[in-house]
Amino acid sequence: MGMEGIGASVVRKEDKRFITGKGRYVDDIKLLGMTYAHFIRSPHAHAKVKSIDSSAAEAMPGVVAVLTGKQIVDDKVGNLICGWAITSKDGSPMKMGAWPAMAPETVRFVGQAVAVVIAESKNVARDAAEAVVVEYEELQAVADMPSALKPGAPQLHPEAPGNVVYDWHIGDEAAVNAAFSKAANVVTLELTNNRLAPNAMEPRAAIADYDAAEEHFTLYTTSQNPHVARLVLSAFYNIAPEHKLRVIAPDVGGGFGSKIFIYPEEMVALWASKKVGRPVKWTGDRTEAFLTDAHGRDHISKAEMAFDADHKILGLRVKTHANFGAYMSLFSSSVPTYLYATLLSGQYNIPAIYAEVMGVYTNTTPVDAYRGAGRPEASYLLERLVETAARQFKVDPAELRRKNFITQFPHQTPVIMAYDTGDFNASLDSAMKAIDYAGFPARKAAAKAQGKLRGIGLSCYIEACGIAPSKAVGSLGAGVGLWESAEIRVNPVGTIEVLTGSHSHGQGHETTFCQLIAERLGVPISQVSIVHGDTDKVQFGMGTYGSRSAAVGLTAILKAMEKVEAKAKKIAAHALEASEGDIVIENGEFKVTGTDKSIALPMVALAAYTAHNLPDGMEPGLKETAFYDPTNFTFPAGTYICELEVDEATGKTSFVNFVAADDFGRLINPMIVEGQVHGGLVQGIGQALLEHAIYDSNGQPVTASFMDYAMPRADDVPSFKLSHTTTLCPGNPLGVKGCGEAGAIGASAAVINAITDAIGNNKLEMPATPDRVWHAIHG
Amino acid sequence: MSTVKLTVNGKAVSVEAEDRTLLVHLLRDHLNLTGTHVGCDTSQCGACVVHIDGRAVKSCTVLAGQAAGANVTTIEGIAKGDELHPMQAAFRDNHGLQCGYCTPGMIMSAIDIVHRHGGELDEATVREELEGNICRCTGYHNIVKAVLDAASRMKVAQAAE
Repeated sequence: MGMEGIGASVVRKEDKRFITGKGRYVDDIKLLGMTYAHFIRSPHAHAKVKSIDSSAAEAMPGVVAVLTGKQIVDDKVGNLICGWAITSKDGSPMKMGAWPAMAPETVRFVGQAVAVVIAESKNVARDAAEAVVVEYEELQAVADMPSALKPGAPQLHPEAPGNVVYDWHIGDEAAVNAAFSKAANVVTLELTNNRLAPNAMEPRAAIADYDAAEEHFTLYTTSQNPHVARLVLSAFYNIAPEHKLRVIAPDVGGGFGSKIFIYPEEMVALWASKKVGRPVKWTGDRTEAFLTDAHGRDHISKAEMAFDADHKILGLRVKTHANFGAYMSLFSSSVPTYLYATLLSGQYNIPAIYAEVMGVYTNTTPVDAYRGAGRPEASYLLERLVETAARQFKVDPAELRRKNFITQFPHQTPVIMAYDTGDFNASLDSAMKAIDYAGFPARKAAAKAQGKLRGIGLSCYIEACGIAPSKAVGSLGAGVGLWESAEIRVNPVGTIEVLTGSHSHGQGHETTFCQLIAERLGVPISQVSIVHGDTDKVQFGMGTYGSRSAAVGLTAILKAMEKVEAKAKKIAAHALEASEGDIVIENGEFKVTGTDKSIALPMVALAAYTAHNLPDGMEPGLKETAFYDPTNFTFPAGTYICELEVDEATGKTSFVNFVAADDFGRLINPMIVEGQVHGGLVQGIGQALLEHAIYDSNGQPVTASFMDYAMPRADDVPSFKLSHTTTLCPGNPLGVKGCGEAGAIGASAAVINAITDAIGNNKLEMPATPDRVWHAIHG
Repeated sequence: MSTVKLTVNGKAVSVEAEDRTLLVHLLRDHLNLTGTHVGCDTSQCGACVVHIDGRAVKSCTVLAGQAAGANVTTIEGIAKGDELHPMQAAFRDNHGLQCGYCTPGMIMSAIDIVHRHGGELDEATVREELEGNICRCTGYHNIVKAVLDAASRMKVAQAAE
């Protein structure tokens, strides 16, 4: 490894612009003649739109237009799609209601747009929106899944009787029944996985600019995957064909899944910019983010695990209800199915698994992928279940896990996934050592002497990243391929541009991707730049989510790099009158092995472009592309252990220690990997202790600002002790697995297991607020 | 409309703005200083923190008119030419930022924290003092490290002066 190569904690190249205030986010961009959009949103969870009177608003100075849901539907823009087809148990396709970009007739969640004002300034647009009179006829709403599933409940969509989108299953029911019939012990747990609001710090924003002469649109948008946005806007939303639509996602202030999806606001901005003949900008505020960014999680589950007399797991049975909100968002259908139930084997050898998942409509904000997407729900369920079993059997929870760990690889689970590699004992050992697990009983006793309830909680998670190969996900219903593309341009002076279909919104690609080039060519990273986030520059890409950028995106770059190197070696060999097989690359030079003959990269590049003396038949230039489709998912795994104290009098939880031992395969930049883990852990801890998107029984959101929704703050969380164990991923040549979601997947179970251990009561739901914990202690 | 005269990053400026204009919008929309961000509507997140007469203030809670005559410093005004402020350098060196959106507000708050505590800081104090700045990416671990690192750098710099 060089100073800037793979494995080096290189300080980030992109930081300078962020720390000096020179980041360029969508809302920082101004276009000539730009207008501003403000949406008029439903205050009701379920209502008929009787009339919209915009005459007073249209008469206000500075108002350019007021556009309604009826107009966008009449213009045949939309409706929004769900891109992953799920088939119910009975063989029927999932049942979905139409989702227009603005509602012409019926609103189904608070915050759904019915109209938009376009004006000369933000303030005028906001004032005019107040002057638009919308008459609603309120309908009965269903705010939660039990209410939605009751016979006679109000129905959201005529297409989905009983408010059921699908009733899906996976696994072998008969084998699971047989396992339970011979079980010595059965452990049962009912639990909810609380609804979360993703809350990237940058609210969503869009600027649409229509060029009438070219019939061409440009969209600046807060997207994790601009090419997917262009594809969907072109192929399904009838905005413009792809060559007439450029999508730019510049600096994006966090995503966590919420910026994967193509939302109504982008569609409306594009459509409106053509209608008014001027650029249209929309910048969401925080309350709009709470109302309209796709939420995460929101499951209710019952799980049962069968054990033999030796405490070996025989089978697992899970029944889950998943709340989709009022409409099916872009990838929502896949989250509680193929991203959830396929991970229910966890790190354990479970011979038989059967899971049933019912997807349910409610009058709430749509729910889709949020950091981890399905895998946190699976991990939380399984890790609480195993912990419950250990307590029921009165055995050490670490030992019960160890007894059931998968130790032989590859391992085929009963729920599709084939784990390629791992060493679950190694990460468990590492975490136990880091927290001094053996010394815990003494610490617990000492805390008790001081009137504190101390607990320790484990969580051994596994996740599936990369979401690939395309053929496999296609066979499961995905509407897209999940490969990645890359292009490497070696300029005539020897500097290098890497164009990637991955998108960085905090992950540090501008640094880590350069490190691969530095590793291969021995050039400093200052000579390399990473280009991403613009459909006019990058040939294609699937974007960044599912911890896929290193395993898929960076491997695509490696594949392009291998082609560049092969051609450059030919040019060098020709120039040095040597055999191509004798050329080696070192420190930016092409050397003839065993001699002192060499030629520097800039001279090779220049030769490629002057083309005065190239090998016969070789094309000029030094630029290569690659599309890479992996052979399997990757399987990061690890152990998190939380030690904490609970104040018996107040129910307040205080962290004592939190350790994380992860196996991410090869680390490209350990500093950045650890930053990803820290952030993920705090999102998992936030879910466990603080965060909850709540609706009242009428479907009114009661947590729609940072005043009401408890975001984790600096003094809510501890510093972390991290360690890494390594098994290289055999599925890609870099051996990387992905690190973006692990913390959010594994942390919440560790926290709740620690609290329930401390208080001696296993009946506790997330978020474990002081109030809930106090009641769990005192009844 | 009113004319607001103030000093921003050492330069005298005069801006015609609606009376309801917030300082953050004056900076972003009128002066094109887009390093100061808006992350919420309720003065909770701290992405908009600037210094007014040397003190950290959330610029979304201040009307532009209230800043008349004041000396305002934004994230764009703390480096000396190419030389980063020690807090900026510490955030970079400790990987105290990911998406960068909360970062300007974090840095401006953190400089004020170090000033108010005279460089005498510990982890618990830094965490408590950062209550008003929300970050969704870093889990705060490296931000806390950066602030503590900058506190010692700033102490050294002060001693050298």
